[in-house]
Amino acid sequence: MSTNLADPTRLATPPTFQAVSLSRRIKNGFATALVWGAFLIAIIPLVWVLYTVVQRGFPVILDGDWWQKSLSGLLARQQGGGAYHAIYGTLVQGLVCGVISVPIGIMIAIYLVEYGGRSKLAKATTFMVDILTGVPSIVAALFIYTVWITYAGMGRSAFAVSIALVLLMVPVVVRTTEEMLKIVPDELREASYALGIPKWKTIVKIVIPTALSGILTGIMLALARVMGETAPVLVLAAYAPFINYNLFSGPMASLPLMMVNERNNPTQAGFERLWGAAITLVLIITLFNLLATVISRVLAPKTK
Amino acid sequence: MAKRLDIKDLNLFYGKFHAVENVSLAVPPKNVTAFIGPSGCGKSTVLRSLNRMHEVAPGARVEGKVLLDGEDIYASTVDPVEVRRTIGMVFQRPNPFPTMSIRDNVVAGLRLAGVKDKKKLDEVAERSLRGANLWNEVKDRLDKPGGGLSGGQQQRLCIARAIAVQPDVLLMDEPCSALDPISTLAIEDLITELKKEYTIVIVTHNMQQAARVSDQTAFFNLLGVGQPGQLIEVDDTEKIFSNPGQKATEDYISGRFG
Ligand SMILES: Nc1ncnc2c1ncn2[C@@H]1O[C@H](COP(=O)(O)OP(=O)(O)OP(=O)(O)O)[C@@H](O)[C@H]1O
Ligand SMILES: [Mg+2]
Repeated sequence: MSTNLADPTRLATPPTFQAVSLSRRIKNGFATALVWGAFLIAIIPLVWVLYTVVQRGFPVILDGDWWQKSLSGLLARQQGGGAYHAIYGTLVQGLVCGVISVPIGIMIAIYLVEYGGRSKLAKATTFMVDILTGVPSIVAALFIYTVWITYAGMGRSAFAVSIALVLLMVPVVVRTTEEMLKIVPDELREASYALGIPKWKTIVKIVIPTALSGILTGIMLALARVMGETAPVLVLAAYAPFINYNLFSGPMASLPLMMVNERNNPTQAGFERLWGAAITLVLIITLFNLLATVISRVLAPKTK
Repeated sequence: MAKRLDIKDLNLFYGKFHAVENVSLAVPPKNVTAFIGPSGCGKSTVLRSLNRMHEVAPGARVEGKVLLDGEDIYASTVDPVEVRRTIGMVFQRPNPFPTMSIRDNVVAGLRLAGVKDKKKLDEVAERSLRGANLWNEVKDRLDKPGGGLSGGQQQRLCIARAIAVQPDVLLMDEPCSALDPISTLAIEDLITELKKEYTIVIVTHNMQQAARVSDQTAFFNLLGVGQPGQLIEVDDTEKIFSNPGQKATEDYISGRFG
């Protein structure tokens, strides 16, 4: 090498690009540590809870009787029996709540997104839904207690629980459906109008199917949440250790109620039932969440 | 069944904003009319007012008349849904229904209007896809989602969907602006083909396209920001491109314009 000019790796001017500066590396390290710290703080209790529930509850639910029998006729300290009565109660109360909430919630959302626009009624509805979203479950339960039991004179029943759950579920369904309808592009609505399809048919046949997977996912998640609610069952339904298929009268168990009940039972049998019910509830809710994922996969608009 | 359109003293508003002023224009049947002009001058707005899509926008208002074979589509007794069934539209961006298969996309207009006869629907699907020059490319995948096609194919699918309901007039808003030159040519050929049966109005930013496909050309312009757009002149396409009557048209066509 006789001359520098011929060597392209030698630069005549100082380089344009420099290594990452020390202060940026420090900031980067600091932020990374913070993010990891937050992650660990979030994950530790989760793992801990899951571990406790699984470790204590899992042996209990392996018994086939757990899924098929109630606690009818068993003494508090007697082992055996099952949670069928409570599983039935949780599922049926959730189902009834869903059957009532879903049509109401979806229709409110359709009104808000497709018809309401910026009208006063739409604004008022949105405001109410916002408020309802923030209502604690105990308040909803006490409200239903006042209206349904004190004023209307009905007894405590599973159905009363379901209507309290409706108050909690409707705003969630409205919110998720609203979001899903909003992301359906207006171009699709216009394409449909341009074919001479009326507005209501466009909504039913084009807009809702396009948003369906998201709407159903939201409904599943809302159901999963509502089924774990404790306040309404505590206030509005008495516990029964036996199976009660009647929605409208008599005490009916549910998993949260069974747990509250067995917590007062100091024996080994009570301990087992408590954690058995806990893991069962976690499993049911997980199942609904999984179902939500499956539904959204299956129904999502495809390109292939 | 192509019909003629006569636009008389049309004024279009978005809320308080006067978007287009005093447009009068005749669109003969079995004829391609091109709308050209700078961005924002109101071409899409006028086009959308021709099948009552303008009023879909909140606060949008129409003054004046649009006559389809002499019948005012804005008469108070007229159902806008019927108007849109008679005057079809193809949009700038292809917008097939994402939940539907290719076949269902094509026959969506008929199916949602209540036609159930499967044989008839299959026939219409094939005829419309052939009409849109798409049949050979999709005949083996009619049950696959429409969203899986290429952009150009999707646009032709949308054209097939629009002609499946057998409209009298077809409106197209920059149908080729998202497409490559080959797909564009395919659609231009298609327009020439469709002209035998339909009255067509097409908005385009592409001068060569307007020159290639249209019989008459309408030039719209904007005098200033915030001012309403205006129809400057309308004439045979050949005349507009060789010897326009207005200076503004000549400037725009020859590119001497902002
Ligand atoms: N939905 C709407 N609400 C309010 N104003 C609108 C709306 N749509 C269009 N405008 C306005 O109306 C005017 C005309 O718009 P238009 O879309 O018709 O223009 P264009 O000629 O189609 O333009 P381009 O060539 O860019 O598509 C513009 O000033 C635009 O901002
Ligand atoms: Mg436009």
